[in-house]
Amino acid sequence: MPVKATVIIDTELCKGCELCVMACPVKGLQLSDRFNLKGYRVVELYTENCTGCVNCALVCPDAAIAVYREKKPQKAQTA
Amino acid sequence: MEQFLINPECLVYDNHIETLSSTPFHYCPGCGHGVAHKVLMEVIHELGIQEDTIGVAPVGCSVFAYHYMNVDMQEAAHGRACAVATGIKRVLPEKYVFSYQGDGDLAAIGTAETVHAINRGENILIMFINNAIYGMTGGQMAPTTMPGQKTSTSPYGRDVLSMGNPLKITEMIAQLPGAYYVTRQSVHTPKAVRVLKKAILKAFQYQKEKKGTCFIEVVSNCPSGWKMTPVDTISYIENEMFKFFPPGDIKVPDAKPLVTVTAEQEN
Amino acid sequence: METKELKGKETRLMKGNEAMAEAAIRAGMDAYFGYPITPQSEVLEYLTEEIPNRKGLVLQAESEVAAINMVYGAAGAGARVMTSSSSPGVSLMQEGISYIASAELPCLLVNVSRGGPGLGTIQPSQGDYFQAVKGGGHGDYHLIVLAPSSVQEMVDFVFEGFRLAEKYRNPAMILADGALGQMMEKVELPAEGSLPHIVPDWATTGMKNKRPQNVITSLHIQPEKMEDINLHLQKKYQDMESEIKFEQEDTDDAEVILVAFGLSSRICKKVAELAREKGIKAGTFRPITLYPFPSEAISRLAGPNRKFLVVEMNAGQMVEDVRLAVNGKSEVHFYGRMGGMIPMPDEILAKLESVL
Repeated sequence: MPVKATVIIDTELCKGCELCVMACPVKGLQLSDRFNLKGYRVVELYTENCTGCVNCALVCPDAAIAVYREKKPQKAQTA
Repeated sequence: MEQFLINPECLVYDNHIETLSSTPFHYCPGCGHGVAHKVLMEVIHELGIQEDTIGVAPVGCSVFAYHYMNVDMQEAAHGRACAVATGIKRVLPEKYVFSYQGDGDLAAIGTAETVHAINRGENILIMFINNAIYGMTGGQMAPTTMPGQKTSTSPYGRDVLSMGNPLKITEMIAQLPGAYYVTRQSVHTPKAVRVLKKAILKAFQYQKEKKGTCFIEVVSNCPSGWKMTPVDTISYIENEMFKFFPPGDIKVPDAKPLVTVTAEQEN
Repeated sequence: METKELKGKETRLMKGNEAMAEAAIRAGMDAYFGYPITPQSEVLEYLTEEIPNRKGLVLQAESEVAAINMVYGAAGAGARVMTSSSSPGVSLMQEGISYIASAELPCLLVNVSRGGPGLGTIQPSQGDYFQAVKGGGHGDYHLIVLAPSSVQEMVDFVFEGFRLAEKYRNPAMILADGALGQMMEKVELPAEGSLPHIVPDWATTGMKNKRPQNVITSLHIQPEKMEDINLHLQKKYQDMESEIKFEQEDTDDAEVILVAFGLSSRICKKVAELAREKGIKAGTFRPITLYPFPSEAISRLAGPNRKFLVVEMNAGQMVEDVRLAVNGKSEVHFYGRMGGMIPMPDEILAKLESVL
């Protein structure tokens, strides 16, 4: 299955609160074993099934997540 | 792997907008302030009103809001944000003015300023972040602390007989004619965040139309003060906070007026 | 919109409080926020009547606490702002004044003071000298304090207060009293629009043309930064010393100098006259700026062959600053009445004779 969407997590901003983990409908986000410079265990994406729903980014209290989604070729752009 | 996606055309959620500075939030992990800051600044960004907006920061955990919100801002004394916002709006009536206040700031020490600014119908947006606790000073009881909730100044739980019940200031101020749009939202789920964003958009639209005070309560959390994991605070919001502070619109424009007793009816 | 005509120079008979209010409009005040309190309510009353037909904005706040914070907001937004009150109300404002001083917001404060402590009386007093000149609220700060002794000076000091506040980015206070506020005298009112005002570039007026964010704050959590702010304020207070104003009469040959400010200085002039008639070489010295205080001028007058009698409508407040200035070079005596009592010339004269 082709990748349709993904997230870029700025792990230096991540505080490992796991609210994004809770919000992800495909359970694609998890705490990793990695620590950032501040000492927080950070969240990483562990799926190729990301739908680009932006739920994780919406609830991220640290503005650490950007979401990218493949453009649908046919559909006209929304205003 | 998915490198082809990483380009501006595919960006559907941008976490680097010009209305949010690049300073990392100092808030504790999982704190709702970050989400509330983001949503507010996203709306200002999308409306293109960064140049025309002046914000007022409170005293409380969000005392440094101006480090993150990249608009002109003033830092008010504890509780006085509505008075400061009044001063700004009165001399700059064409600008957008908002105050961002916590429960201690707005509903305890600043009750008088809050009530009177709304009663005058000051054409501002008041963002009221209710997390049922004094976060910055270390988790003391707030006017909105839940009955039975343990805090550092109600270590045996809030005893409503001696400490009073949580103050429903949002319902109180909705009675005032100066309040144009009053709503209670939250930041605990993606859906809630989407609804909150719409509410803020509406509030700025009403401010543009000079409709009066818009008041948005945001039910939020305080993992450190509540001594819970961020994930556990979500169920506490749903199961406890919403009992006293149910989300939803409290006063919307053009709706039936709220039941108020006039002097004539009383006689 | 109708254009509002600016008023030219005019001579009128006016009450002190109303004269200050009229002067504020003529000085181009953008906004006034206040709360009623005797004996200064006429300021708010006059403005609420005049401003709808003139220029500016007036708002009755829900408290003095709210009023001073409205002043903070409007001054931070670059407006020329004023508030006025009387002693208990000014006490309520102190937190806000401290924030305003720290955030360096120019504004004009007026205290038409009354007898205290507590709810006290509505009669005139000078019991708020310490509060006015030593800061009043928390932290190391000072206001520029001007002490008028006539209704004319109340008018003049509104202009001077705005000018100094904006020059130094510092709150200025007119320290008057209930008698000056209530009495009527002939005043010459300056023309409206004679004090230009430019919106400062630090004001929170919106980030037009993508200029960097402006922030008005008094919070600097790093102690190094907060000390720098304090050093900057102290330097500013030193610079203000070039604005010191005082008045002295018949001091050259004086064996005794009566030192008084505001209302009591007018009484002391009469006392000096009466003393001279009796062959006592008396002079008068009146500090006009109470902060910065004319310490050097007083120090120059001090010497072993000269005594000072400080007269105040309080228990002895400015006398401490006179003693510091004299620094032991002369005897310094004090005569005061309190609680809203005004000293009579004969009682001051009796005190003067007793110290010689």
